[in-house]
Amino acid sequence: MSGETVAPANTAGSGHTAGSGHTAGSGNGRGQGGSWVLRRVRPLGGDPVDVLLTDGIVGAWRPAGSTSPDSEGLPPGTTILDTDGLILLPGLVDLHTHLREPGREDAETVESGTRAAALGGYTTVFAMANTTPVADTAGVVEQVWRLGLDAGHCDVRPVGAVTVGLAGQRLAELGAMADSAAGVRVFSDDGHCVSDALLMRRALEYVKAFDGVVAQHAEEPRLTAGAQMNEGEVAARLGLPGWPAVAEEAIIARDALLAGHVGSRLHVCHVSTAGSVDLIRWAKAKGWQVTAEVTPHHLLLTDDLVSSFDPVFKVNPPLRSARDVEALREGLADGTIDCVATDHAPHALEDKETEWAAARPGMLGLETALSVVMETMVVGGHLDWAGVARRMALAPARIGGLPCTAGDPGSSLAVGAPATVTLLDPSPRRVVDADALASRSRNTPYAGRSLPGAVRATFLRGRPTVLDGKVV
Amino acid sequence: MKRHLLSTEDLSRDDALLVLDTAERMARVAEASVRKLPTLRGRTVVNLFFEDSTRTRTSFEVAAKRLSADVINFSARGSSVSKGESLKDTAQTLEAMGADAVVCRHSASGAPHRLATWVRGSVVNAGDGTHEHPTQALLDAFTMRRRLGRVDGLAVTIVGDVLHSRVARSNVWLLTTLGASVTVVAPPTLLPLGVSSWPVEVSYDLDAVLPKSDVVMMLRVQRERMSAAFFPTEREYSRRYGLDVDRAARLADHALVMHPGPMVRGMEISSQVADSARSTVVEQVANGVSVRMAVLYLLLGGSGETT
Repeated sequence: MSGETVAPANTAGSGHTAGSGHTAGSGNGRGQGGSWVLRRVRPLGGDPVDVLLTDGIVGAWRPAGSTSPDSEGLPPGTTILDTDGLILLPGLVDLHTHLREPGREDAETVESGTRAAALGGYTTVFAMANTTPVADTAGVVEQVWRLGLDAGHCDVRPVGAVTVGLAGQRLAELGAMADSAAGVRVFSDDGHCVSDALLMRRALEYVKAFDGVVAQHAEEPRLTAGAQMNEGEVAARLGLPGWPAVAEEAIIARDALLAGHVGSRLHVCHVSTAGSVDLIRWAKAKGWQVTAEVTPHHLLLTDDLVSSFDPVFKVNPPLRSARDVEALREGLADGTIDCVATDHAPHALEDKETEWAAARPGMLGLETALSVVMETMVVGGHLDWAGVARRMALAPARIGGLPCTAGDPGSSLAVGAPATVTLLDPSPRRVVDADALASRSRNTPYAGRSLPGAVRATFLRGRPTVLDGKVV
Repeated sequence: MKRHLLSTEDLSRDDALLVLDTAERMARVAEASVRKLPTLRGRTVVNLFFEDSTRTRTSFEVAAKRLSADVINFSARGSSVSKGESLKDTAQTLEAMGADAVVCRHSASGAPHRLATWVRGSVVNAGDGTHEHPTQALLDAFTMRRRLGRVDGLAVTIVGDVLHSRVARSNVWLLTTLGASVTVVAPPTLLPLGVSSWPVEVSYDLDAVLPKSDVVMMLRVQRERMSAAFFPTEREYSRRYGLDVDRAARLADHALVMHPGPMVRGMEISSQVADSARSTVVEQVANGVSVRMAVLYLLLGGSGETT
């Protein structure tokens, strides 16, 4: 992707030159990033056009290839990028990211995790609360939020814990977190299930006061004591204690009923079974405010990979059967599952280079998510690029309560919309190299696997965070 | 043979028969006046036991010593492992010591598979979690062949805590590979949910299966399973699934009663049955040494011809 810069116009009285984006690294991410023309780019995979990004918004659409440095109306210092054939998507939003800071900076930091996010095409990540200390106070969520601002690679929206210390005993100060500078709207004990039915009911009701949502890690703990992998044929063979689908489904059914009863919003994290898809479809048909996410790995990988006993495939909820994978793809395609969320879960090598039972569950996801969704949903014909924009940007933004989210994929890229966009080159296939990832950890389950597509650029309110596939 | 013996699931029929035939020759060594072969002189076998198991460890130790190997017993207790050393560190330590074979017992399913990716020597799985215990299955098959002349075509019934049993898993794969037909009998709570994909018959009725069995293999049932509600009481388990004299009378005259040990007498098997003529419990121990000699011999470069 080469660029050339428009010379300052004679008529420009201000004498201001934005250069070629070198001003972008300064500031806290709120600043303007100059002007850019994305030449012959394909919005949502459609016909090519030239798109101008200026003053942090989408400035104009012009006929494909018509823009040159001499074109009229270009702001001084505009950089013209040759983005021929690249697909233009709204900036991706991840509702489920573990940034590990504070507490496990050896595995990931806000800086490294958000670099990974930007390289994956993300412009907002929701940082899960299971840090050390737990993000269960206004102080901790503000700390994470400020670290995100300082890093500047993407917006970081902290998730607040539902219960103090994720212990499932009493509610954390949800209102204080909502009122903090971090403006928390999503609350989750992720990694732990809010298994107490009364506490879950209270949490669902309480967050209505500030339009919050409870994101539930659905796992009935009595049914998963000691569980190591999906309960089924592979577990029977490998002698690993099973994590039954019903442990997820029982909680989803209960929580959907609770959300319906009290008229609250429920979001179901990392849905992994065919039965869960059915239950969410049922809850939506009832008109209840239930949303759900699926991870890229549950869209692609199955539990037979556990036969290697390599803990890089250990994750919670566990990899399931091929039948579940197919149901998840269908559920995502028909909108039963609203969005893709990575559950990016970095772990230090020593927490994965162990026997299976001793390893921590979790997989990297930010830098491969779009490629996995392309492989499983677009190549397979389940979703077009507008559908990808809905599932990976608009729906998660709406669920997470982000301001100024456009209603449909088209208007998210229309003139006047925030210039928060991702450019994907759909043509290359690449073999994932764990050592080449920006994350501080290496626990990608896709190492050595060929995946399609490559994120070439990411813009956050007009400022490039990634250009030519590299962090700016 | 492959470099490691990690499971019977991926053991070919030819390799399984090679082990059994070699074990036959090893058994003759045990019967000779000088019960030792020079075959593995100068080779080092490490017994790496993260779980206490005097029986299995001793069996491997005797087997290695009869082949003149140097044996190092490396138990987790009292070593650096109990101070938080990882399996990988232990593997690197053994590697540095020049272990030619590592015999690994571990409470985690798959631990020997991980170990095999970190060491150059051969890894023998001496029991991993609730996954596999391949040398136990090989010695069981060896015992059947010695007593009944064959494994092919036998009807073998495995009774008890199949869910948590590495012995059951290894036997299911090995015996079916060798042509036996296997039935597993247990309360439904002690069968894995995926058992329907196994090449076995499943029954909850021991009395119905016994008359058709050439071999009945009783598995140990741990009392602590009761606390997790797998079955109500010891007595109820024993009444429904224990092998007592009355029940053993339903067996054909030639049928064998096997048990991998250690037995819980009065629970899954009564003392009279355990000590009866059809019981092979003591023979299984003796045969274990022959089979483990064969495995070490074949993995450490033996061609199948005893020198």
